[in-house]
Amino acid sequence: MKAALSQLEVVRPRDLAHAVSLLHESAGAERLTPLAGGTDLFVYLNAGTLTDRRYLDLSPLSELRAIRPAKGGVRIGALATFDAIARHAACARWPMLPQAARVIGAAQIQNRATLGGNVANASPAGDSLPVLLAYDAVVHAASVRGEREIAFGKLYTGYRRLALEPDELIVAVTLPDRPGRARELFRKVGTRAAQSISKVVFAGALRVDRGGVVDHVRLAWGSVAPVTLRSSAAESALLGARPSPDAAAAVREALARDIAPIDDIRSDAAYRLAVAQAVLAQFLRLAHADFRAR
Amino acid sequence: MSPRVRVSLTVNGASRRVNVPPMKRLLDVLREDLGLTGSKEGCGEGECGACTVLLNGAAVNSCLVPAVHADGAKVVTVEGLARGGRLSALQRAFVELGGSQCGMCTPGMVVASAALLARCRGRVPSEPEVREALAGTLCRCTGYQKIVDAVRAAAGEGRGAAKPRARPVAPAGRRASSVRPRRRAAR
Repeated sequence: MKAALSQLEVVRPRDLAHAVSLLHESAGAERLTPLAGGTDLFVYLNAGTLTDRRYLDLSPLSELRAIRPAKGGVRIGALATFDAIARHAACARWPMLPQAARVIGAAQIQNRATLGGNVANASPAGDSLPVLLAYDAVVHAASVRGEREIAFGKLYTGYRRLALEPDELIVAVTLPDRPGRARELFRKVGTRAAQSISKVVFAGALRVDRGGVVDHVRLAWGSVAPVTLRSSAAESALLGARPSPDAAAAVREALARDIAPIDDIRSDAAYRLAVAQAVLAQFLRLAHADFRAR
Repeated sequence: MSPRVRVSLTVNGASRRVNVPPMKRLLDVLREDLGLTGSKEGCGEGECGACTVLLNGAAVNSCLVPAVHADGAKVVTVEGLARGGRLSALQRAFVELGGSQCGMCTPGMVVASAALLARCRGRVPSEPEVREALAGTLCRCTGYQKIVDAVRAAAGEGRGAAKPRARPVAPAGRRASSVRPRRRAAR
């Protein structure tokens, strides 16, 4: 075993109140790092890139595993695994979420990795994150001061930076009721279906009203910028427009201004832009075909 | 002094108790503290699946599981699949159908396959289903087709269908298709 692992301390809370109080006490000194499924954390530990010494084991907090309907939406506990999300009937009304859950890592990862962990890890390539953006998710953070809600779209303030206080713990994610009749598309583009970290990941929702005009649009992206983001220029170009090949061309142009892909070990900027534009074109073709079929 | 915790777990049906650092990897607990060296370390980052074990029935990468998460859990390793020295139907199918070559991925492959077959409850999984269930277990010999065949044959056998007909495996060095037969150094 790697020598460093034997030096690490783990604190096991009795319940959530105990957990947030431990986190609060540690925030001033050597902060406890929350440990959920460990599928990201142990990769960093095994590689030696994570040097935190004290961990807050969330596994005793079984209440954070629950997935349940809430006010027309669904509340997913931070410790719900992707396998649980893929199978749970309450998530089926947000189909892009189970779709994403089934392509995160492979079975061994899906059995351990949690939604809260994916959010907290804040990788720009996190596969569930564009889905949460497209569904207007709300993140619930608990602390000794109680629970507060943060719009998922406001959670990331920069590369792997979260708008959370050091003593706050992500306890759940809520997806509100979604607009009916919207066309949705989840696409993950990587070197293979399983295990690969995405070169481009997309979650889109688009609805055309009775007058033939787009009245709801979400175009959310991963792996094309320092944070998971919605392409606001492309969304503006679509909102209020009538789906058409001309409109699609303008939207693709706008997308190039929205995203900032980079060259790295997995892909390069030019390829990522080309793929993102192709995925967007595919999505708009599907939405356009729906509209004409009415 | 490094911190230690007592972890009680059931491994392959037997109650075990270890006193280990809380973040020691389950893989290392199994191999070093319990002497079960069937589970292998390939990548140490959850990519290759050679360390796959069942944790409360679910396939997991034991290189990513801290010892504290195994406290109170039921763990099954590749050593727990055979019954009294008799290979399981799944293991026999791997042997008879050539589902194992160098053997490095085999423990993970067999355990991940066992998780799939348990979920199928006697139904023969489709080929894409097997490939999806084994997508997180990499074979460096790239012998995937025979592995998939073995899993499906074992599922059929478990259901009482015809036994998999084993193709005779030619001894090393005598394969007709082999251009340069690999020879062991003669001593």
